[in-house]
Amino acid sequence: MFATAPLRVVAVSAGLSSPSSTRLLADRLAEATRERLAADQDRAVEVQVVELRDLAVSIANHLVTGFPPADLRDAIDAVTGADGLIAVSPVFTASYSGLFKSFFDLIENTALTGKPVLIAATGGTPRHSLVLDHAMRPLFAYLRAVTLPTSVYAASEDWGAPGDEYAEGLPSRIRRAGGELASAVTGRTVSGATRAATLDDGEDAVVPFAQQLADLRVN
Amino acid sequence: MQFGIFTVGDVTPDPTTGRTPSEHERIKATLAIARKAEEVGLDVFATGEHHNPPFVPSSPTTTLGYIAARTENLILSTSTTLITTNDPVKIAEDYATLQHLADGRVDLMMGRGNTGPVYPWFGKDIRQGIPLAIENYALLHKLWREDVVDWEGKFRTPLQSFTSTPRPLDGVPPFVWHGSIRSPEIAEQAAYYGDGFFHNNIFWPMEHTKKMVDLYRRRYAHYGHGTAEQAIVGLGGQVFMRKNSQDAVREFRPYFDNAPVYGHGPSLEDFTRETPLTVGSPQEVVERTLTFRDAVGDYQRQLFLMDHAGLPLKTVLEQLDLLGEEVVPVLRKEFAALRPAGVPDAPVHPAVTAARAATAPKEV
Repeated sequence: MFATAPLRVVAVSAGLSSPSSTRLLADRLAEATRERLAADQDRAVEVQVVELRDLAVSIANHLVTGFPPADLRDAIDAVTGADGLIAVSPVFTASYSGLFKSFFDLIENTALTGKPVLIAATGGTPRHSLVLDHAMRPLFAYLRAVTLPTSVYAASEDWGAPGDEYAEGLPSRIRRAGGELASAVTGRTVSGATRAATLDDGEDAVVPFAQQLADLRVN
Repeated sequence: MQFGIFTVGDVTPDPTTGRTPSEHERIKATLAIARKAEEVGLDVFATGEHHNPPFVPSSPTTTLGYIAARTENLILSTSTTLITTNDPVKIAEDYATLQHLADGRVDLMMGRGNTGPVYPWFGKDIRQGIPLAIENYALLHKLWREDVVDWEGKFRTPLQSFTSTPRPLDGVPPFVWHGSIRSPEIAEQAAYYGDGFFHNNIFWPMEHTKKMVDLYRRRYAHYGHGTAEQAIVGLGGQVFMRKNSQDAVREFRPYFDNAPVYGHGPSLEDFTRETPLTVGSPQEVVERTLTFRDAVGDYQRQLFLMDHAGLPLKTVLEQLDLLGEEVVPVLRKEFAALRPAGVPDAPVHPAVTAARAATAPKEV
């Protein structure tokens, strides 16, 4: 095999504080994925983290105007062009944050089709850990992404000191999730659905008019 | 090249006074604006069509018929005519009638409409928007070109031996533009028929407008109507002017900040940078408008949105004076100088062409 382009792993972090535990989890998951890809596949990996906090105003403007400002357009392109996606949200009011949802509301609804996605969330209490399964999984199921079996929830107490009896679970879950994303990125499970053509595809974006008429049985 | 204005027909409170004009005032203002457009030497007046508040133009041919009687040279058009929810038979009849009343000074722009409830109010389904636009226009196209039509489609009751009357003036159907912000299917439709393609060019970055126009031009050539450069392209745009650029920004800002559609979002500065909106001196408007040509090539029609967001009539008329006196004459000259031979004008009815040739001022 000749050398190929680096794999692109993009992590979306919807944490609002700086530093944030959501960003920390995103970084750890990205690093775990990178390590596994480097070890198993000898493939170069480019990791990019998209901080939604920095895009908050652009996201609101896109919702209002219908088009993305340049910084947001770059972020959307990175997410839709990634080989593997890591999506991490804090839990706000029993679900993913409004900013997280607003960002994914702006992703074209076929643009993540077949893409491996690792979902993760942070919260102040472990009682909200099912947010991954009642909120995040359905969102990515709608987008026809391939959501990995392991998802990672980190409550405040999970970040305890090294060797803490509660904390040792988190690194191992992060490693398992990163390994799953690494395998999925290289194996690239693709669903039967395909991404819809856009204007960027030029003439491929059009269904020839004769076919449009034929579909309506207009002569 | 044609220059003109297009109106949405919104009834919006003036954010600087809180006053909302009545529907009657808004309709009368529209007539005054159209007559002013002719007075200052513009070529085209186009009205939107809406069937929900806060908009007044639900009956475009009524309004355009009145304007036809009060003007001599203005081309009357639409922005847009709802090809989805109107019966194409009624469009054929209404606009052919208008064409006779106006001695050929009529064209129209097809659009789908994006207000969900309007579709069911007219017995249609917005999810069928594109197929409705395609089938209904196929019928309209036939009704204006064949004296006796047999028709069967998915959306309308069949027609057997139907003749749409009156027949188009001199047997020449009104020229049709197809407007779409983002649907490649509509660019394809315009290209297939060799009709014009219009991009409203207001809400999105120029780069996006360029992609839509490029697609239309390539497909126009594909269907053998001419070269890509000969395709018939129209653009919208919005401007606000004062002699002094800072005065324009200061006066327009409250209208921008509270404007329907994009108000309460990005700043005026962000929006003017990212979209074709220009707020400044007439010279700045000239310079910005000339850059449209860099993006989409030589084009045939430029319409400006001048009367929205609660701007009072007096201000709109002042804007039209500036447009007619200081912007359009310069643009006509500059665009004409840049335009290679072989790029056609937008088609107008032969009677209009003949009348214009008879009254046109001598070239200097």
